Amino acid sequence: MSLARFIERLLQLIPVLLGVSAIVFVMITLTPGDPVEIMIGDQIVTPEQEEALRRDLGLDRPMLERFGLFLGNAVQGDFGESFYHRRPVAEVIAERLPATIELSLVALLVALFTAIPLGVLAAIKKNSIFDRMATVGSLLGVSLPGFWFGILLLMLFAVHLQILPVSGRIGFSSEIEPITHFLLIDTLLRGRPDAFLDALSHIILPAITLGLPMTAILMRVTRTSMLEVLRQDYITFAEAKGLSRHRILWRHALKNALIPTVSVAAIETGSLLGGNMIVETVFGWPGLGRLVVESIFVRNYPLVQAAVLFYAVTYVLLNFIADILYTVLNPRVKL
Amino acid sequence: MNIENQQNLLQVEGLRTVFETRAGTVCAVDGVNVTVRRGECLGVVGESGSGKSVTFGSVMGLIRSPGRIDAGRILFDGKDLRELDARQMRAIRGRDIAMTMQDALTALNPALTVGEQLAEVMEAHDGDLPTGRSARKRAIRERSAEMLGLVGIPSPDTRLRQYPHEFSGGMRQRIMIAIALASRPRLLIADEPTTALDVTIQAQVLELISDIRAKLGMSVVLITHDLGVVSEYCDRVMVMYAGQIVEQGATADVVCRPKHPYTKGLLGSLPRLSLRGQAINPIEGQVPELINLPKQCRFYSRCRERAPECLQVIGMQDAGNGQFARCIRVKGEDIK
Repeated sequence: MSLARFIERLLQLIPVLLGVSAIVFVMITLTPGDPVEIMIGDQIVTPEQEEALRRDLGLDRPMLERFGLFLGNAVQGDFGESFYHRRPVAEVIAERLPATIELSLVALLVALFTAIPLGVLAAIKKNSIFDRMATVGSLLGVSLPGFWFGILLLMLFAVHLQILPVSGRIGFSSEIEPITHFLLIDTLLRGRPDAFLDALSHIILPAITLGLPMTAILMRVTRTSMLEVLRQDYITFAEAKGLSRHRILWRHALKNALIPTVSVAAIETGSLLGGNMIVETVFGWPGLGRLVVESIFVRNYPLVQAAVLFYAVTYVLLNFIADILYTVLNPRVKL
Repeated sequence: MNIENQQNLLQVEGLRTVFETRAGTVCAVDGVNVTVRRGECLGVVGESGSGKSVTFGSVMGLIRSPGRIDAGRILFDGKDLRELDARQMRAIRGRDIAMTMQDALTALNPALTVGEQLAEVMEAHDGDLPTGRSARKRAIRERSAEMLGLVGIPSPDTRLRQYPHEFSGGMRQRIMIAIALASRPRLLIADEPTTALDVTIQAQVLELISDIRAKLGMSVVLITHDLGVVSEYCDRVMVMYAGQIVEQGATADVVCRPKHPYTKGLLGSLPRLSLRGQAINPIEGQVPELINLPKQCRFYSRCRERAPECLQVIGMQDAGNGQFARCIRVKGEDIK
């Protein structure tokens, strides 16, 4: 990729971020409910006290001025203070981020490592019982709502069988001093395999729930592109060369069939972000998704704004990565 | 085994390959006998759909469902290939019998380097590579560079690291030939090696195959629909029509004294400089559908010499001198 192209992609971010900020700002301001009233709750305060709180949060100013202030500060890296935490928003988000990234990555791995082999098998055994079951399964995977599927898993494994924990990231007894803030890595770095297994048992159900729709989509993509590739002349030629079936499938066919799969995976990773809010809420996962949901409930404007902005940047970057991966896998394309 | 059989590297007897379709069973190859002698070049001529490629696809064991070989024996070096299991067949494919395909652009894997596609043939088949990892790698590299040199591609070291799309059409065809020859096969099946190429490159590629045949002493089956190519490069020729062989013999005999009206038609439809200004003389009509064929001469509906006697099963008739044609007029006068 040329430098000019790289800079072009970065510049494309500007209008996207401006637009996203404006939309979020307008929507959250127009949402019924007053953050000051929510904060006061059942306490009895004088109108003056209420006014002081409103002024303190900067909510007494007109909407346009508030948007201007937000933009001006955001450009300098200041996203304001969380109404609820009374600390800088960036700090609060940074605290919650590792949990979300860890969950998303594990979900992504679960999806890739189940979808690709299943998709390849479905293509090889086209129209077999296995293929049909995989088709039905992937349809279910896309259509099952995450909150429902998650609760179902919880009821089976945590409540009924009692082999996996109900919620959280790690058990109380396995708490360790963080290094990278990724618990699966930190537990190993600290030499605590027991804590690692504990963290793993916590992450497995939310990761499966989060990764399910992606698994379903990637399996379909892999199956379709594999079928397409297996019809190509170069597969016949590879057979004519007397290569093993194993090599033809996993080297000649899959390397080509994976090109669409990887691109879709990179783009779909963005959709994991949206799924995070539901899955983290169901499984009590202390990540950014749950924080955003809680913040919306209490009308914590600065945090919601910053978080949505963060989501937008991540989404654009993932698309960018998808483009790069596409060129890496497909030697015919030069960006 | 008598002497005549020992001369035959490949002997196909009564091959019948069918494809099951919704409309019925399509008999793409119907009772074909082929012999390829050691060191010779056999030309196989016919229109698209005449069964040329299916015949040799059957020999390679590359017929995929819904197609299958229904009957016949395929003797390679005296061994019946149809009796081999998948593993034994893989050991022969690519090592003893190699194949090149019509379009090198689609036959080479776009996602693998040329070097890898060349090396894997040697990995799969070459018994005399050194056993040590690095020695093995080096030997494969040297052999790969040597193969590219053989097909006339300069600076092999850089070229091996490149992908197929970085080569021109003629170069790709050469690379495919290099891959096919990498394991020094005894039989090369070249399926329309020149159809996708410019005329100038066509001659280069054919010369190349012909040179290498002489150098390595292998047999070549040249599948083409170009009788000009056949008359230049092949010792013997076999003409196919609607899944059957309609004429075969020494190239000079078949080209100069064709016995079957279809062969005559093919020769007549060649554009010639000496006949400039005259219209090209095509064969009227179309190849019949290969489903539920009537038991008569398959060329009947298009034949200019048809007679009531043609409405019966016609076998191959001996025209003498090793020339055979599937026509009742073989014994009669030679209409030119």
